[in-house]
Amino acid sequence: MTEVIKVTNLQQGYGKRIILNDINLNINSGDILGLIGPSGAGKTTLVSTIMGMLKPKQGTVTVLGTPMPNRKLLGKIGYMAQTDALYSVLTARENLTFFGEMQGMSKAELQKQIPYATGIVNLNDDLDKYVKDYSGGMKRRLSLAIALLADPELLILDEPTVGIDPELRQQIWKELHRLADEGKTILLTTHVMEDAEQSSYLMMIRGGRAIAQGTPDDLISQYHVNSVEEVFLQAGRDQDAHTSND
Amino acid sequence: MRTLAMIRRVFREMLRDKRTLALMFIAPLFILSLVYFLFQGNTTTTASLATRNVDSSMVTAIKNKHIKIHDVNSDKSVKTIIREHDYAGMLSQNGDKLTLTLANTDQSKSAVIKQSLQAAQAKLKGQAAATTIKTQAQALQKMQAALGAATHTPVNATTNVGNLKAKLGSTSYTTKTHYLYGSKDSTFFNTLLPIMMGFVVFFFVFLISGIALLRERTTGTLYRLLATPVKRGEIISGYLCGYGTFAFIQTLLIVLFTMYVFKIQILGSIWLVLLINVLLAMVALTLGLLISTFASSEFQMIQFIPIVAIPQIFFAGIIPISSLPGWLQPVSYIMPLYYGASSMSAVVQKGVGFMDVLPNLSILLLFAAVFLVLNLLTMRKYRQV
Repeated sequence: MTEVIKVTNLQQGYGKRIILNDINLNINSGDILGLIGPSGAGKTTLVSTIMGMLKPKQGTVTVLGTPMPNRKLLGKIGYMAQTDALYSVLTARENLTFFGEMQGMSKAELQKQIPYATGIVNLNDDLDKYVKDYSGGMKRRLSLAIALLADPELLILDEPTVGIDPELRQQIWKELHRLADEGKTILLTTHVMEDAEQSSYLMMIRGGRAIAQGTPDDLISQYHVNSVEEVFLQAGRDQDAHTSND
Repeated sequence: MRTLAMIRRVFREMLRDKRTLALMFIAPLFILSLVYFLFQGNTTTTASLATRNVDSSMVTAIKNKHIKIHDVNSDKSVKTIIREHDYAGMLSQNGDKLTLTLANTDQSKSAVIKQSLQAAQAKLKGQAAATTIKTQAQALQKMQAALGAATHTPVNATTNVGNLKAKLGSTSYTTKTHYLYGSKDSTFFNTLLPIMMGFVVFFFVFLISGIALLRERTTGTLYRLLATPVKRGEIISGYLCGYGTFAFIQTLLIVLFTMYVFKIQILGSIWLVLLINVLLAMVALTLGLLISTFASSEFQMIQFIPIVAIPQIFFAGIIPISSLPGWLQPVSYIMPLYYGASSMSAVVQKGVGFMDVLPNLSILLLFAAVFLVLNLLTMRKYRQV
């Protein structure tokens, strides 16, 4: 078990606006970290900071033992963005090839990895279709395939299950658990509670602060409730009570 | 490696977008053809001129293929006659005084009439001079004959008269005009062409590259790209090489088109013409990429055209820079098209060599370099390393 993500006393923001405050996080290899919180809470900002797209305003972020930001390390991270960042006039295969090349993969690796990555998301039969003819769900799956393509040590998935039907979601989760068992680390953001329950570690963000974090079982017993959803609601109420006392 | 992948992607996207391809390759030829036909027009201008009480010798002298004479007898006012018949001008004579009234709604027609009138006056004066000389010569001849009869030495004298006559006969000068640049077929189009060529390349490359990068920003693919270990320089150079190739093909097409369809003679080296255009395209490309940073939609990108692209053409030499108001002249020095177009004009029309346009080319290169650095800096907004 090696430490993959280490965030200490992170404060992040744009200009004078502070978006994240006092974030501390330790994730080991094989963990699936679920980042939950309402939209606008700062999830995507935290993800961007962990990837090194943004420099921490205060505090430090270390990924795979390297202080971030670090451009080269991005080769070891598979990223799926919240919006489907795809080239619509290219086919799915061309998109995969292009992003694979950008990630630094060789032709031989691409040949091997494209069928594997698209197999997970059931896109093998539509590989040579233009992306502009894809449905919303198919685009989402292609984005996920691009993230999986380079067999990265760390997977960062921003809202991966939006627009994906339940059957395929189960299949994707099975694959994510298999990857975690292999020692890969996964960070995903979501506001779907079913996804949160599948995670091995949860961090709840609200208003730029981590209001609760721990394994789902620990959290449920800590808050004396029956589900992750109730933990989230309770933690939110506690935060509101705390701020109104100030 | 990554740059190559970028170039391949740009090629694929361009080749599949038939409309954009057409815009890049056919639209410039269309515009140039339009300009060509528009500025060929002025050689066929004919002006209608009304004449009243004008001597017939004068009228015949004025007549040429650009003037249509209408003899008028009515005693209505000049204004009314011109208005009623839509003449370009009216010439009336009172004693030996000529009065020319020009409608002046079309300055080129006014110019034709003024020129023809001047020519006619010169012609008549010449004729008059010739007749006087002729009569004097006849008188001289008579005197000579009388003298000859008196002195009985006619041989020498007649040869002298013959010489004199030969000299007098050659009063009608023939003029031969030499053109330093171009020929008698040169029209304003010849002046306009190098400038238009530069502008067309600049405009389309600016627009297409700017919108391409803008689309990449708005769809999020630029952010996604920067989430890989790619260097910002690799993205920009991929764009430069990818769209640069299309700009080069476009330039080649325009140059060949003007040479073989318009039969415009390029006095200087064709390679130099291509080089200037490619440099101009590079400036347009880097500027387009940079400007797209400040636009959040395609519509906003279009809004930059009247601010960034159109003013360039005014300072590119269509209106000679020296004839601009003094305070406005320095503005041309910040216009990339000024350097491109003036070099193009010099190469196409005067046939100057590489060393003569080198200063201008260096300035274009400097423009491209500055825009390039600014591009790299603005991409920091997306990824801070």
